[in-house]
Amino acid sequence: MTHVLDPDAPAAANPPRREPPAPYRDVTRSDAAFRAFLHGLPGVDQVGAESRVAVLGTRSIKTTAKAWAIDTAISMVDLTTLEGADTPGRVRSLAAKARRPDPGDPTTPPVAAVCVYGDLAGVAKEALTGTGISVAAVATAFPSGRASRAVKLADVRDAVANGADEIDMVIDRGAFLAGRHLDVFDEIVAVKEACGDAHLKVILETGELVTLDNVRRASWLAMLAGGDFIKTSTGKVSPAATLPVCLVMLEAVRDFRAATGRQVGVKPAGGIRTTKDAIKHLVLVNEVAGPEWLSPDWFRFGASSLLNDLLLQRQKLRTGHYSGPDHVSVD
Amino acid sequence: MTNLFEYAPAPESRSIVDVAPSYGLFVDGEFVDGSGTPFKTVNPATEEVLSEVASATDADVDRAVRAARRAFTRVWGPMRPADRGKYLFRIARLLQERAREFAVLESLDNGKPIRESRDVDVPLAAAHFFYHAGWADKLDWAGLGPGPRPLGVAGQVIPWNFPLLMLAWKVAPALATGNTVVLKPAETTPLTALLFAEVCRQADLPPGVVNIVTGAGDTGRAVVEHEDVDKVAFTGSTEVGRSIARAVAGTRKRLTLELGGKAANIVFDDAPIDQAVEGIVQGVFSNQGHVCCAGSRLLVQESVHDEVIASLQRRIGTLRLGHPLDKNTDIGAINSAEQLARIRELSEVGEAEGANRWQPACELPERGFWFPPTVFTDVSPAHRIARDEVFGPVLSVLTFRTPDEAVAKANNTTYGLSAGIWTEKGSRILAVADRLRAGVVWANTFNQFDPTSPFGGYKQSGYGREGGRHGLAAYLEGAQ
Amino acid sequence: MSDRLAVRKTYKLYVNGAFPRSESGRTYEVTDARGGFLANAAQASRKDARDAVVAARTAFGKWSGATAYNRGQVLYRVAEVMEGRHAQFCEEVAAGEGLSASRARAAVDAAVDRWVWYAGWTDKLGAVLGGANPVAGPYFDFSLPEPTGVVAVLAPQRSSLLGLVSVLAPVLAGGNTAVVVTSRTRPLPAVTLGEVLATSDVPGGVVNLLTGDAGEIGPWLAEHDDVDAIDLTGAPADRAMELERLAAGSIKRVVRPPAEEPDWSADPGLSRLTPFLETKTVWHPMGL
Repeated sequence: MTHVLDPDAPAAANPPRREPPAPYRDVTRSDAAFRAFLHGLPGVDQVGAESRVAVLGTRSIKTTAKAWAIDTAISMVDLTTLEGADTPGRVRSLAAKARRPDPGDPTTPPVAAVCVYGDLAGVAKEALTGTGISVAAVATAFPSGRASRAVKLADVRDAVANGADEIDMVIDRGAFLAGRHLDVFDEIVAVKEACGDAHLKVILETGELVTLDNVRRASWLAMLAGGDFIKTSTGKVSPAATLPVCLVMLEAVRDFRAATGRQVGVKPAGGIRTTKDAIKHLVLVNEVAGPEWLSPDWFRFGASSLLNDLLLQRQKLRTGHYSGPDHVSVD
Repeated sequence: MTNLFEYAPAPESRSIVDVAPSYGLFVDGEFVDGSGTPFKTVNPATEEVLSEVASATDADVDRAVRAARRAFTRVWGPMRPADRGKYLFRIARLLQERAREFAVLESLDNGKPIRESRDVDVPLAAAHFFYHAGWADKLDWAGLGPGPRPLGVAGQVIPWNFPLLMLAWKVAPALATGNTVVLKPAETTPLTALLFAEVCRQADLPPGVVNIVTGAGDTGRAVVEHEDVDKVAFTGSTEVGRSIARAVAGTRKRLTLELGGKAANIVFDDAPIDQAVEGIVQGVFSNQGHVCCAGSRLLVQESVHDEVIASLQRRIGTLRLGHPLDKNTDIGAINSAEQLARIRELSEVGEAEGANRWQPACELPERGFWFPPTVFTDVSPAHRIARDEVFGPVLSVLTFRTPDEAVAKANNTTYGLSAGIWTEKGSRILAVADRLRAGVVWANTFNQFDPTSPFGGYKQSGYGREGGRHGLAAYLEGAQ
Repeated sequence: MSDRLAVRKTYKLYVNGAFPRSESGRTYEVTDARGGFLANAAQASRKDARDAVVAARTAFGKWSGATAYNRGQVLYRVAEVMEGRHAQFCEEVAAGEGLSASRARAAVDAAVDRWVWYAGWTDKLGAVLGGANPVAGPYFDFSLPEPTGVVAVLAPQRSSLLGLVSVLAPVLAGGNTAVVVTSRTRPLPAVTLGEVLATSDVPGGVVNLLTGDAGEIGPWLAEHDDVDAIDLTGAPADRAMELERLAAGSIKRVVRPPAEEPDWSADPGLSRLTPFLETKTVWHPMGL
């Protein structure tokens, strides 16, 4: 069933400002204070960040470690379809794949979630009930985020009402780049409230933030506002997830937990297509944020074609010989 | 918590290298026996004997110098500069072709992680030959004065920390400028130099242009003191550098020295902390700290001291110490028992003098020479670990309050090879870089090397430059 | 010639911008080329050398930190002031070196012109000897010449003014400070040069002139840990090797003495600048 914009919804423009967690309670007291805080975070040297991920990219993950990494990566996939042409049939077929990614090998773990547009969340929910696989829905005028706050919140409520366990929202990049950090903060807080029990992933759309300094600031902003996950991208903007961006976000969640005690998850999305890419990300998680993040509760891959490559590599490890695209399902 | 993601061993195959049971000297294009007692070179990670290597006596060195002189007068000196360049281009390509072999052999003989020999030492060595190859027929445009001419025979003595790379730093500019070479590799790491001799043969380099004499200190002395050597180039300890400077005093020999260091790595409170921590780690723990320009003194602004040390310790906890041929190893073996003893001794002195020693939980292999990454906090400028070069994975942490204090403490050393600055404020970088008395200053980075970029020290870190246009001057008569 | 009895000058050392006598109280007799008495010069001791090194070290920060343009103007000012004392220099050079008036004049002219030549070099060295290095990575990397520090200069023994200026001016042009042991037998032009330097905006301590015996003071300077470089041009031939050995103790940069004293009127090129310059290379990443 479809929800329309509810004219009786409370005015979204001025919700009471939620306080960030200690020791950062007062940083949102004014735009100037918030800006000073975000710009007071340590800078990120791009070249240094790139060379760090380049070195981590040389980690050689073999045999038992590789088998563990592939299964872990499969279990972290948010299997995603976000096309205008999506239909209930396609979502159902994706849900089937999520439950049993490799029909030929029942030992293959299921993925973490299926990620769809909000109107199809109900379809996904129905197909996944009882599997433990979550339904994630993108909302807040995904992917651009260019709509009034009332529309965005209605979008969220609609998806939650349709059964979404997780909401992937987009931040207002225009407001962020214009320096209206509190507007972005307030909106995340409002969305979080609208989520109810659903988990909130905050998409920073790092490809539009451009600099790693901005990625660090936006990460902190989203965490202070109550996001459960910070996510790189919508997948509709290039570049999407990159290793340096993921590095900076992992540093942010690590530092945020050290300071506040609250753990936030990370989800790179878009552009991760190969097992090799996925393993590089896991190495990053392991060595930057720490092994505590090596679980679907705290790390996800927003991806579609990645899953098939993981399955092919899994088959190779299991059988000892190479396989081909006809040995995994086309979705 | 136990780490779920335990990386399985990922050993680089050793089968690519064929280590002979014994090696001779490379003189006049041939491998010949040495007259001295051969010595053994061991794998420092296992103490396994890799090979037995000839030891060159005064007479052997004399033969090598005479071969180099002949090659200089008859072949290499008169050769068209463009052709000299082509030989160097060939060598560069051969090094690239055989890169994996060189990397494995270097890690076996030296103990450094394969990741570093594969990604740093060998590619940079090839790059040095490629860069200098291009200079061979362009020396008139090097801006070193009119009509630069080669000096003749260069006697070169190199250390064990970057065996092949230091060879490249020495041999490439010498040959590009038209000199011939007698090179003595370090006695604990002779193997890649001997493999390089094979590369010279594959390149059809005329006999005598490059001669390699292996041996210990006496062989080095014979090279340095040989009457027919026109130029001495040395990289190694300040102590040996001093004795070499004394030995060439009063002769016509030209001398360049690249000696020890005790670099300050200065971290201001507005630094990009994560990259600074990475730079600190890279600066003092890469190559087990066997780096003359290692950032062995961390100067951190008091206001961020605790934060930086906490991050640093967390980061050091992720370093992987272990077998050098494992592709995931970050910290390999200490090169020799002697060096390990020195590192241990200075660390004990550090503790005795009142500094706090911190080491991560770290299991050391039973055999071989190992030392865990070590951080000393509460170090005072008067402590020996703040003044003496440890040449190992040992970091001394000192603090400062103002930029003036940082500069004063950074310069408070008899060395002057390198320094690091970490701050996001551009004008501060330039002001501090200007005031540091060091030959190489890395700002918001550390331990970067490139053949186009001159490297060398101030003060007792030596004189002369290697790399770039500046490095050519050391090998040219009348260069200004 | 008037009947007036001349007022003679007391020739003293020039250290830290002042004109002290030797702390040792020693003097020695300086004669003209024919053996006639000219003056008693202060005979500097090792302690005078020690004081001079302290003065030179203290002066180094400001002098090396001055802009190249400023150093150029100061060196040019030395030429201007020297020109004003032209006749006096001619007399002293002629007497000390036994030159004809015209050859003495030529030597003084060349000495003044040498200051002008080096004055013009100060702000070109960075461009000529430095530059950007095209490294294979996302870094801006540049190299610049910087002064070595405190330079001990054993000045030529024969060419008492032109030779002295030829070895001193390049040390200063590069931004170093100097402790000079002058020609032993022909020290008087050096003392007069000190008076010029004292009145030419050269900060005190940048140049320190010690009259006396290079054979006596040289070893103390060669072995001094706070001296960064030593020019042995005027060292006694039989002592040069010993001095170079002593200099090795602190890894000093050494300029060896020539087989015989060169013709100082020749174009020096960069040959006397680069031995007292270090190359500093600075790296910085280029990122957004």
